[in-house]
Amino acid sequence: MTTNQSSIQYKSDIPFYRDERVLKIIAQIISTILIIGAVVWAIMNFLKAADARGMTLTFDFLKEAAGFPISNPPIEYNPSMTFGRAFLVGLVNTLRVSVFGIIGATILGTLMALARLSSNWLLSRIALIYIEFHRNIPLLVLLFIWYFTIFGQLPRVQESITWPGLVYINRRGFYFTWLRLTETSAPFVISIGIGILLSIIVYVILRRRRELTGQETHYSKISLGILIIFPLIGWFLCTGSPLQLDVPVLEGFNFSGGLRFTPEFAALFIGLTMYTAAFIAEVVRAGIQAVDRGQVEAARAVGLSTSQVLSLVVMPQALRVIIPPMISQYLNLTKNSSLALAVGFQEVFSVGKITINQAGRAVPVFALVMVTYLTMSLLTSFVLNLYNRRIQFVTR
Amino acid sequence: MAATEIVQEIKRPPQPPGPIKWMRDNLFNGWGNTLLTLVLLPFAAYVMFSSIRWMFVDADWQVVTNFPLLYAVGQYPRDQLWRVGVGLSLILFLMGASWGKWGGLLRSIAIAFAILFAVFALLPVHHPEFDLGMRLYLGANALLVLAGYFIGRIQSLKASYIVIGWAITPIVTIIFLSGFENSATLPAVGTTLWGGLLVTFLLAAGGIVLSFPIGIALALGRRSSLPVVSAFSTIFIETIRGVPLITILFMFSIILALFLPSESRIDRLLRALMAVTVFSAAYSAENVRGGLQAVPPGQIEAAKAVGMSNFQTMVFITMPQALRAVLPAIVGQFISLFKDTTLVVIVGINDFLGIGRSIINSDPAFMQLQIEVYLFIAVVYWIFCYLMSIASRRLEAMMGVSTRL
Repeated sequence: MTTNQSSIQYKSDIPFYRDERVLKIIAQIISTILIIGAVVWAIMNFLKAADARGMTLTFDFLKEAAGFPISNPPIEYNPSMTFGRAFLVGLVNTLRVSVFGIIGATILGTLMALARLSSNWLLSRIALIYIEFHRNIPLLVLLFIWYFTIFGQLPRVQESITWPGLVYINRRGFYFTWLRLTETSAPFVISIGIGILLSIIVYVILRRRRELTGQETHYSKISLGILIIFPLIGWFLCTGSPLQLDVPVLEGFNFSGGLRFTPEFAALFIGLTMYTAAFIAEVVRAGIQAVDRGQVEAARAVGLSTSQVLSLVVMPQALRVIIPPMISQYLNLTKNSSLALAVGFQEVFSVGKITINQAGRAVPVFALVMVTYLTMSLLTSFVLNLYNRRIQFVTR
Repeated sequence: MAATEIVQEIKRPPQPPGPIKWMRDNLFNGWGNTLLTLVLLPFAAYVMFSSIRWMFVDADWQVVTNFPLLYAVGQYPRDQLWRVGVGLSLILFLMGASWGKWGGLLRSIAIAFAILFAVFALLPVHHPEFDLGMRLYLGANALLVLAGYFIGRIQSLKASYIVIGWAITPIVTIIFLSGFENSATLPAVGTTLWGGLLVTFLLAAGGIVLSFPIGIALALGRRSSLPVVSAFSTIFIETIRGVPLITILFMFSIILALFLPSESRIDRLLRALMAVTVFSAAYSAENVRGGLQAVPPGQIEAAKAVGMSNFQTMVFITMPQALRAVLPAIVGQFISLFKDTTLVVIVGINDFLGIGRSIINSDPAFMQLQIEVYLFIAVVYWIFCYLMSIASRRLEAMMGVSTRL
């Protein structure tokens, strides 16, 4: 009773300006006022400036005709379409270069990491030179080197570098002979879709049964078989071949047909891929080196084959270390694709910049661009973080 | 008492293997490796031979050697160059003094800079801008580092003087560089005339110095128990980290003006510096936060137990351990900040890369010499970034990041 009373007495002795709870509330109020005040002040300034210049804050302009061309659009587009459509084309271009870049950089980076760890001195040195070269030079300089010097020296259309029938390279772009679907290819496409879906389902079910019962269910062989058989069935269901060769042909001053990449896309793709691959190589190398040597030796000792050691022992443990920094490399690549502006490839940011020049709505356009990038970043890191959580240590 | 005899067995270190043995171990162990070597060797030899040949025979370096001052300071008025020199010499002198006072890693950095300037002074370039006076000035800078070293060695000179020197140098340099309106000795030089390495270094150094404290504040803010502060810091950090630097550069160069009172005008270069700083601060904040999380809670409890205030705990216990733990990440962030400064080219500032572009555009004949310009720029960036990463590795080893904690 007495101690209780004395503690109450003790607390009431503290003046309010030294009471942590009171101080916290005061700090909250002050910081809230400061932050909101700054925001309100900025908005007031903006409204005044907007009024003076007759600016509007609406997104109506998205429905107006864009009036600027986009070279080699991935989806149908012409200058009479709207700004919204142009923005969509930019978004698809960003996604295209990012996805291709991520795939390319992951493959190249992993190869470089393995080369760096090779016992062959020469190979390891070549990988080291590659990595150190790319890591210490600004990406923009690398992109300029690719675009202005290497791709800038490509020959004119009539003097294309060719591998007859397959590849044509000139100032207008890279043309590849490509397989294209014919009009009667519907059964083929559908059966591929069914095959992929079915093989995933079979893989998951059989694998889970194997984990639960310990029985050998040959899950990888069976699902691979499904993946191969279904397209074959679809092929025979089609009337005539579902695919045809699409060969680029020189028509007048330009090639038509085939798969075309513009020099802008190629420069951005190659520059981004090679730059990011150098960072990914270091990430993968660190991951592989983080796996204890004893793990490999123990796996060998219990009689696992080399491929089993890699796939069942080394990689699962290395992936835990690799995935988190890999996520940030993927995000970096996506964000760095905005440097396309410097080489004239039209993705989200450069379409946004042209829109500002044409429609003059700097603030809404910027809001749109930033929200687009934020969404992409958050989505990517959300999905990859889910995967990351799956492969972390499971404590049973 | 019998003297104990310490018997020390002296082993000779193993001899380094001979070249034949080394080749057999590293290039020809096993048939797979032998095959690989035989394929790669001609390829590597060809690439090396042809690039050396190109460098010395085919390449035309006039786009580099004809414009030494343009690459260094851009359009800065040539009769006012001494003002750049004052700032540069001040920094080199302080670098020498710090070497004398503290040694360690600073020694390597100071010596590297002294050698760099000695090399500059003796460069075999014939150009009217590169006259005897310029060479003497560059050579004198190398000696200035040494002079600083000997002054720094004086025991009675307090270390705090050197720290104060470092604190006022940026201010003095900026005042000398920009000058004053209506001044005879220091006429104003607009930032539109600044360029080249000068701007690159100003942006990088300014960005590093300004972003780091902001980053620490944001990291503490994010961990704060006040919901408003924590939410604001988190939103700020995640927004900046979620968008590319180039959008932030454009924000500051186009949009910022709309949100400020219409009469206020912020200098173009300063806006770029603000963008770089804000961008880098968000990343530094995450690095610092990582470090803060790595400090064991027992440390803070112990500090509280011996009667330290919150502030003392933060400054003397938490921060030193947190920063040491994430030192490599912080230096890595600074290196990428240095590389990222090239993006200001896109908003029309003539940094080192921008000067290269404007030289190419100045003469149609130079269109064929772009590769020389870009390779030169790439090599300069490479050297600085590589030196920074070496310094970071040395610093890590010295502070025992991997061994202690």
